[in-house]
Amino acid sequence: MRRVTTPRLALALAAALAASSAAGAQPAAKPAAPRERKPEVLIEARPPPFSEGIFPCMECHKDQKDPKRRELGFHDEQQSVFDHDAEHRWCLDCHDLENRDMLRLASGALVPFTESYRLCGQCHGDKYRDWRVGVHGRRVGMWDGQKTYLLCASCHNPHSPGFKGVKEIEVDGKTTIAPTLEMLKPMARPRRPEEMRP
Amino acid sequence: MSGIVDFVRGCGRQVLVGGRTYKAWVAFLLATMAVGAVAYSRQIRLGLIATNMRDEVSWAFYIGNFTFLVGVAAAAVLLIIPAYVYHWKPIKEVAVLGELLAISALVMCLLFILVDMGRPDRLHHVLPFLGTPNWPASLLAWDALVLNLYLVVNLTLVVYLLFTTYRGRAYDKRIFIPLVLLSVPVAISTHTVTAFLYSGMAARPYWNASILAPRFIASAFCSGPAVMVILFQVLRKTNELDIKDEAIWKIAELMAYAMFLNLFLLGAELFKEYYSATEHLLYTQYLWTGIGEHRTLVPYAWFSLSCSVTAFILFLIPRTRRHYLTLNLGCLLIWAGVYIEKGMGLIIPGMTPDTLGQIYEYKPTATEWGIAAGVFGTGFLVFTLLVKIAVPILVGTFRAPARPGATAPAQPGLAAH
Amino acid sequence: MSERKSLSVLQGGADPLGNGPPDPARRAFMRTAAAGAAVSALASCGVSMDDFLRKHFKELSRDELAAVLAKVEKKNRDRFGRDTKVTAEGPIPGVEFGYGLDISRCVGCRRCVYACVKENNQSREHPQIHWIRVLEMDKDRGVDLAHAELYYEADAVPRPGKFYFPVQCQQCRNPPCVKVCPTQATWKEPDGIVVVDYDWCIGCRCCMSGCPYGARHFNWSDGQLPAEELNPNQHYLGNRPRPKGVVEKCTFCIQRSRNGRYPACVEICPVGARKFGNLLDPESEIRRVMDTKRVLVFKEELATHPQFYFFYAT
Repeated sequence: MRRVTTPRLALALAAALAASSAAGAQPAAKPAAPRERKPEVLIEARPPPFSEGIFPCMECHKDQKDPKRRELGFHDEQQSVFDHDAEHRWCLDCHDLENRDMLRLASGALVPFTESYRLCGQCHGDKYRDWRVGVHGRRVGMWDGQKTYLLCASCHNPHSPGFKGVKEIEVDGKTTIAPTLEMLKPMARPRRPEEMRP
Repeated sequence: MSGIVDFVRGCGRQVLVGGRTYKAWVAFLLATMAVGAVAYSRQIRLGLIATNMRDEVSWAFYIGNFTFLVGVAAAAVLLIIPAYVYHWKPIKEVAVLGELLAISALVMCLLFILVDMGRPDRLHHVLPFLGTPNWPASLLAWDALVLNLYLVVNLTLVVYLLFTTYRGRAYDKRIFIPLVLLSVPVAISTHTVTAFLYSGMAARPYWNASILAPRFIASAFCSGPAVMVILFQVLRKTNELDIKDEAIWKIAELMAYAMFLNLFLLGAELFKEYYSATEHLLYTQYLWTGIGEHRTLVPYAWFSLSCSVTAFILFLIPRTRRHYLTLNLGCLLIWAGVYIEKGMGLIIPGMTPDTLGQIYEYKPTATEWGIAAGVFGTGFLVFTLLVKIAVPILVGTFRAPARPGATAPAQPGLAAH
Repeated sequence: MSERKSLSVLQGGADPLGNGPPDPARRAFMRTAAAGAAVSALASCGVSMDDFLRKHFKELSRDELAAVLAKVEKKNRDRFGRDTKVTAEGPIPGVEFGYGLDISRCVGCRRCVYACVKENNQSREHPQIHWIRVLEMDKDRGVDLAHAELYYEADAVPRPGKFYFPVQCQQCRNPPCVKVCPTQATWKEPDGIVVVDYDWCIGCRCCMSGCPYGARHFNWSDGQLPAEELNPNQHYLGNRPRPKGVVEKCTFCIQRSRNGRYPACVEICPVGARKFGNLLDPESEIRRVMDTKRVLVFKEELATHPQFYFFYAT
C-alpha cells in the first residue's frame, strides 16, 4: 500500500492555490508622475434676473440724490427682507448714489451688476478666495476640463444673503439657479429595513 | 471491487430496515427536509428578501446556526484526544461515533453557508482552478478549505474504519492513527478560522476581540459532546453496544471544565466592556440590557446564561453528573445555552447597532425557520443513517459475506499488531 | 425490535432485494442524464453555461471583454426594452480620485441621495438601495453615531441645532472589504475606486460585515427599476443594473469620473458641499481643500485611509 506523501501533496496544493491567487493579484501600482493637466475652462452661469421692470435703475433715479438713511416708499420686495447687517448697512452702502445702475466698492470705485462678486468679496474675502478656486459653491461639468460656476447672487439673495434655499429657473431659455426665501425641504427619508418586505 | 458494491448494498439494506420508532423518526426527518425544500424554493424565487436580513443586519439566523454547528463538529476532538492520544479504552470503542457527529455537523454547516449565499450558482468562484479564491487574506476562503478538509479527513477515517471492520479485518495503524491525529489540529483549525472570520472584522467592535477564538473553542467543547452523551445512552439500550458509564461520565466532566473556561472568558469580556465603558459597550448593552426600547435579545441572553450556569453546576458535582436524569437535563441545558450564545447571541449584537449607529431588530421569518429546519433535518438524517450503518458494524451484526480463508470477525476498533 | 434482515448477508444467501448486477448501458445513460440535469438545473435558475464557465474580469482578453459587454447590453434590452451603452474604461493614468465633503455646508436635503439613485440605476423598491446615507446629528454632541438619525423628516432643513453628515463608500486605501472577499470579486483600482464585479460576486456578504461605513448594499431581491428611468450610459463595474444576490456600492460614478465628469452627487448638491478631483494635481479643487482647510477622515482609528475627506470650510 502506497504511503501518502504528505510533503509533495502540500507543495502541490500550495502551488495550485498560489497560481489561482496570482490571477487576481491586487493592483498595488500607484499612478506614476502627475499627468499633463487639461486646461480648466470656466463658464459663468447666468445670474438670476432682476425683479420685473426694475432695471435700468437710472430711469427713476436720475434726480434722486438723498443720501440719508430712511425707510423707502418703494422696493418693498428687497426692503421687507433686508437683514444684511441691517444695523450698520443700508442700500447706498452697496448701490452707488450717483449711478444706480452700478454697485460701489468701499473705495468708491464702481462695478457693474455682472461683477457683483467683487463687491461681495470685499467683506467676505475668505469666501471669495474659496469661490475663485471652486472650494465654495457649486460647480457642474468636468472635474477635468470645462465646468460651469455660479455667482454669489445665484444662491445668496443679496438683501438677505444667509443661505436658505435655491431653485432652478429659466433665463433666456437656459436653466440656471436663483436663491429662494424658503428653506429646502428634504427629500423622502430612506425606507426602514422593517418596511422592506417581499 | 465487488466487496465495495456488497458493502454499499449492505449499507443500503441497513438504513432501509428498522423498527417502528426508527421509521417514524426517519419519516419525521424527511418531512422537515421537505419543509426546508419548499421554503428554499421560495427563497430562490424571491431572493434573500424572503428572510428578514437587510443591509443593517446582513448576517443572522443562517450564519448563527452555522457558527454553532462548526463548534459541534469540532467537538469530536474531545473524544479523539482521550481515545487515541491517551489510549483510554472506554472512549476508544465509541470515538468513531464522535466522528459521525462531526460529519453530520459539517454537512449542516456547509448547507447553512449554501442557503445564506446570494448566488449559490457561483460557488465554484471560491475554489482553486475553477475560481479565484482570495489567498491568504480572506478568512472565508480559509474556512472553505478547512471545513472541507475536516469533512474529507473524517469521511476517510470513518469509511476506512467501518469498511475494514465490516470485512472482519483490523485497521492498519500506520494509516489510521496519523489521520486521526491529523483530525485534531484540523478540527481546532476549523473552529479557530471561523472565530478569526469574526474577530478580524475591525468594523464590528463586538467581534473584534482576541478573546473570541478561545471562547469559541471553550463553547465548542462544552456543547458538542452533549449529543454524544445522550446518544450513547440511547445506543446502549437499543443495541448491544457496550458503552461504559465511565466513558459517559468522563465526557460530562470534560464538558464541565470547558464550560468553566467558557464562563470565565465571558466574565473577562463583560469586565472589559463595562469597566472601560467606551462606545463599544453599546453592543454588549444591546444584548444584556437592551438599548432604549430595543430589547428583543435580552430575555434570550439571560436564559442562555442561566442554562449554561445550571448545566455547569450539574456537570461539576459528581453526584448530579452520575445521576442520569440530571446528566441528561444538563445536556439539554448546555445545548440550549450555547446554541443561543454562539448563534444569534453572537451574530446579532455584532451587527446591532449597525456601523452608522442605527438599530434594526431582527427576527427570523417563517422561510428562515423552514430552511433551518430542513438543514437540521438533513444533518440529523445523515447522522441517523451513519449510526444505523456504523453500530451494527461495531457490534458485529453487519459483516461482509463469508469468503474462503477469511479470518474470524475482529473486535471493533482494534488495530493490527 | 429491528428485523434481522442483515443476517442474510452473513449467511451469503440470495440478495433479498432481488437486484441484479449493474448494466453498463444504464450507467452511461445515468451519466448523460446527470450532466443534462445539471445544465437544466442551472438554466432554470437563469444561469447559462457561458456564465458558469466565465473567467474573472481581470483575466478576460479584449475580445472576451467585448463579448461580455455585448451580453450585458443584450440583457438590458431584454429586461428594459431599451438600448444601452456599456463600457469598461480603465483608470486614467496619473489620476487618484479624492472627494471632499464640507460638513459646514451640508443642509441634509438628500438631493445627492436621489441623484445617485437615478444616475446609478439603483433598485427603487424591493429593496430600496441608497448608496448615500445622510445622518442627522446634534450640534451639541458632535459626530456621535449613537445619537445619529438616518430617518429624519422635516419641513425644512437644516433643523435648528442639527447638522448633517452624509456617508458613502470611502474608497479606502486599505479596504477591509477587499481583504475579506473570498472570491476577489471586489478590488481597488489604480485610480482609487473600489469596484465590484457583479458577475463574480457570490453574495456571501463578508464585505458588508467588514465595511465600517455601511457603504456596501445587497440586492436582496431582483429589485424594481422602471425602464423609463434607466440611465443608458453604463459602466461594467459601475452603474449597470445589478442582478439579484450580489453586492453593490458607490463607485464615484465611475462611468462619469473616468470620462472627466463630476459624479452626480457632486453636481446636484445645491450648497456646493461636495468637492471632487485628482489628488495628484496640486491645483485641483480637492487639493485646494486639503491645503486651505483642515480635513479629517471618518473612523480614522480603523486605519482604512479613505480617499474621502470631511472638512469644515467655514
